[in-house]
Amino acid sequence: MFENTRPRRDVAIIGTGCTKFGELWDKSLRDLVVEAGVKAVEDAGIYGKELQLVVGGNMSGGLFIGQEHTGALFADYLGLNHVPSIRAEAACASSSVALRIGYIAVASGLYDYVAIGGAEKMTDVYGPHATTALASAMDQETEAYCGSTFPGVYALMAKRHMHEYGTTREQMAKVAVKNHENALHNPIAHFQRKITVEDVISSQLVADPLRLLDCSPISDGAAAVILAPADLAKKHTDSPVYIKASAQASDSLSLFSRRDICTLDATLFAAKHAYEQAKLTPKDIHVAEVHDCFTISELIAYEDLGLCKKGEGGKFMESGQTLLGGNIPINTSGGLKAKGHPVGATGVAQVIELVQQLTGKAGKRQVSGAEIGLAHNVGGSGATVAIHILSNKI
Amino acid sequence: MQEYAVPFHWRKFKERYNLIGSRCTHCGKPFYPKRSICPSCRRAGKMEDAKLSGKGKIFSYTVIRVPPSGFKIYAPYVVAIIELDDGCKLVSQVVDVDPEKVEIGMAVKTCFRKIREDNSSGLILYGFKFKPDIGKMA
Repeated sequence: MFENTRPRRDVAIIGTGCTKFGELWDKSLRDLVVEAGVKAVEDAGIYGKELQLVVGGNMSGGLFIGQEHTGALFADYLGLNHVPSIRAEAACASSSVALRIGYIAVASGLYDYVAIGGAEKMTDVYGPHATTALASAMDQETEAYCGSTFPGVYALMAKRHMHEYGTTREQMAKVAVKNHENALHNPIAHFQRKITVEDVISSQLVADPLRLLDCSPISDGAAAVILAPADLAKKHTDSPVYIKASAQASDSLSLFSRRDICTLDATLFAAKHAYEQAKLTPKDIHVAEVHDCFTISELIAYEDLGLCKKGEGGKFMESGQTLLGGNIPINTSGGLKAKGHPVGATGVAQVIELVQQLTGKAGKRQVSGAEIGLAHNVGGSGATVAIHILSNKI
Repeated sequence: MQEYAVPFHWRKFKERYNLIGSRCTHCGKPFYPKRSICPSCRRAGKMEDAKLSGKGKIFSYTVIRVPPSGFKIYAPYVVAIIELDDGCKLVSQVVDVDPEKVEIGMAVKTCFRKIREDNSSGLILYGFKFKPDIGKMA
């Protein structure tokens, strides 16, 4: 079912903009969108009037701030009336799906200049309400009905992964330690605090075996990129980054209905399609941002993206290959765990980290010689997965 | 969990109180909750109601320590994926057991319990939970 996609032209990212991630009490959803959007337009060196389409990822304006219809809201406050504006929603993968819609719009030849964004304002409600909002990504009639939470669903994966493959508590903790270490060098990160394995395994239990420091935080933030056809990209920037693959796959909303709860089949399908589109293999990837909403998710992503064998995610973490300086540094931004996870903004923020890496602008996080990067973004517990592969060469 | 009006729950009473799922007449595969299209056979198959045994084993579990709204008084509580003897899986709380004693592979069976009370409407929701199947335990 995937073989039929035929992009008519190549697509480039010509500008990026991102807010700080964190508890941003002085900023509303619309403030965040405007900040990221204006930065992206300025970075691309274009005028707002050149934009022909806006696609914004937003998981749950309705539950987090009582505001739906955020597509129109984003365009309105960006001063872009009457440009068509679409809200994309796929839980935590909302803005990757927004990017994919924008990619399709440009690759098909329908539009030239498209603004892609993602934003979430999560700290305008109290904790239990935010927990309920996040739980709306899972099946309400079964998982939520029996009192499961979002960490609870990932805990079910973690417990089974430990049982089947012998994955250890310490291996999971090392993901959090690594990502906090990387975030020390990322000025937009929610946390700039080093943590130890001991800190993780002694932090408060949330849903056994997952503890507080296994979980990504509740963050506010927005991210935006500007897309253009590759043949117009050099007019705007000396260092465009090209989208070599844009893939997406779906699976059951509820975890228990899946073929295997230790594998995200949607990752397998999206990855296969992405590698085929880009004519690359997992070995060709120099740097990746993967969806580490919980520590176990990053280990499962290593396996499902083909970076290591099934069941060996924990050992792969221990091997040090995914650290900065390793063979394939993962989540150099700090990941969702430490950079923060404003759910609707995450997918585009991952892509922005890759653009910085591929253009040599990642500062102390720079992976030397990085030419090809992969972004892996998961919605819910794996019912949506979107994967983008980027390169600084066409 | 969000609070809903009565019909949201009422239309599920039969399924939830009696553990009724679906079975594809083409491939024989059972499902819970009910589906009207078999994901394998699609329109080649036909779904019919299937009363499930309510007996099975714990496939994976967690202990919820930070509960969502409506479940605070029950925490900490066990949520598990149960592999039913019928051949499908579902998610449920496991009760009548010390959370520390729960393990993967433990034999369990359904029991009829209160799920939660909605604060504003006063609606009391019921359904199945699972408890250890003493007769099947070593």
